[in-house]
Amino acid sequence: MKRYSAFAIAREALRYHTGWERAWTSPEPKRHYDVIIIGAGGHGLATAYYLGKNYGITNVAVLEKGWLGGGNTGRNTTIIRSNYLQDPSAAIYEKARALYEDLSQDLNYNLMFSPRGVMMLAQTHHEVRGYKRTAHANALQGVKTEWISPQRVKELVPIINIDGPRYPVLGALWQERGGTARHDAVAWGYARACSRMGMHIIQKCEVTGIRREGGKVAGVDTTKGPIDCNKLGLVVAGHSGVLAQMAGFRLPVESVALQALVSEPIKPCMDVVVMANTVHGYMSQSDKGEMVIGGGADGFNNYTQRGSFHHIEETVRALIETFPIISRLKMLRQWGGIVDMTGDRSPILSKTPVENIFINCGWGTGGFKSIPGSGWGFAQLMATGDSPLCRAFSLDRFKEGRFIDESVAAGVAH
Amino acid sequence: MLILQCPYCGIDAEETELAPGGEAHLKRHGPGSSDEDFHDYLFARENPRGVHFERWRHANGCGKWFHAARDTATLEVFGTYPAQTTEPPKEIRDAITARRPGWRWREFS
Ligand SMILES: Cc1cc2nc3c(=O)[nH]c(=O)nc-3n(C[C@H](O)[C@H](O)[C@H](O)COP(=O)(O)OP(=O)(O)OC[C@H]3O[C@@H](n4cnc5c(N)ncnc54)[C@H](O)[C@@H]3O)c2cc1C
Ligand SMILES: [Zn+2]
Repeated sequence: MKRYSAFAIAREALRYHTGWERAWTSPEPKRHYDVIIIGAGGHGLATAYYLGKNYGITNVAVLEKGWLGGGNTGRNTTIIRSNYLQDPSAAIYEKARALYEDLSQDLNYNLMFSPRGVMMLAQTHHEVRGYKRTAHANALQGVKTEWISPQRVKELVPIINIDGPRYPVLGALWQERGGTARHDAVAWGYARACSRMGMHIIQKCEVTGIRREGGKVAGVDTTKGPIDCNKLGLVVAGHSGVLAQMAGFRLPVESVALQALVSEPIKPCMDVVVMANTVHGYMSQSDKGEMVIGGGADGFNNYTQRGSFHHIEETVRALIETFPIISRLKMLRQWGGIVDMTGDRSPILSKTPVENIFINCGWGTGGFKSIPGSGWGFAQLMATGDSPLCRAFSLDRFKEGRFIDESVAAGVAH
Repeated sequence: MLILQCPYCGIDAEETELAPGGEAHLKRHGPGSSDEDFHDYLFARENPRGVHFERWRHANGCGKWFHAARDTATLEVFGTYPAQTTEPPKEIRDAITARRPGWRWREFS
């Protein structure tokens, strides 16, 4: 596969762009693979990539029922940050953020990683205390964040209304190297790199059953026929409950819709990401000029990738108080994804009751930022049976009461 | 937008009048139960893609809790019924069978 470079652009321009290769191959499935990953979202593809890169395991298939990156990976608002409160979260999210720094070079694919800074506004006294505590925790964890004053907030984001009246800005938790990246490109970049290592990414191939023999995984049934494997990774986000049922166990996970929207494009007016957790909304501006807006998840189980309109209304109503400038903007489009929520709002990266089946799920409303770190740790878990990054996120933490409670630290979905 | 009929006041309430209350018919395991049962009661959920039973509250109405039977893959509502029961009544189960022959949810079908 040819590398992308400035030279390649010039070369292809000279032959009228007829020479570009397909970014990944679309083979028919083989009868057997060493490892099958179900779900070609960011987490599934990153897992496959690090299995190959870090452990030399390349007889791998990634099975996807739709098109790759068509799940939540292609539906999120692309916020990347690692300012979490608990140590295990800080470790895996900061690993991911650090990998994002030079992932474009590593994958030879432009992910448009933009470390423009992420700001979490404190608009109540509880939040002031909470974020100061997080800033202290981050200092101990080696995650670079700081507490900033309302004046500094206003300097960084001139369009913000810091005076309230209902929710004055009292300060913010600021992560300078947080930001955004292009979500589709993350899926495409990993897919291309996996394909280059000889892995099979098989789209339009839905897994319909999981075969077990003597308490161990034997293979999967798919719409393209049965495929055998030695190890199986379930990385299907909102569909985790459905796949777990096929494998014969239940999960502490519920699937609900999370929505987002973009405005019509306007001139550049905000060059950082702002999250307002008390009022349940967050916003950034895309390179095309659209204001990208998200809020809280819907409240009931739903697999339709469609949410309820009043949640959009709530989000926008709240943001208008803090950003009066957006009150006249028109909405360009709105969409939803099905997110997998756990009881403590932290993910599950774990072995399962079935030998050689591993699960990576529960990223809920915030797993775009963690894709590289999750793939790194989960590949280690699948290859070697243990991973320091994943250990605290095992399935038995619920039984043992070892919750990783981030719901307080991150009041809003993102 | 989801519309559920409150079985107490008979009003067709739309979503902003209602508060979702999670999975229905959980058996409340407490002190003296096995670790497994207690864990499952607190955390394990059916989370099906299809027929599902839930608790809802007519929060901005009569304020009472009730049950609803829905399809999570289509958002179709099969019916609602009062909270004073530990299992879905026969009419509701029949209504589901008419639309989804062969359905299963926990021990019910
Ligand atoms: C509106 C919205 C906004 C968000 N904003 C942010 C944000 O700003 N920052 C952030 O960090 N996170 C955000 N998230 C969360 C983030 O998008 C997800 O946590 C992350 O993308 C999950 O990636 P994944 O690879 O696990 O799942 P997905 O990308 O959903 O991939 C799972 C794949 O599995 C496939 N699949 C399912 N069942 C089967 C089957 N039976 N057989 C084969 N394939 C199957 C699906 O088709 C899908 O492609 C947001 C999510 C949404 C919905
Ligand atoms: Zn009522």
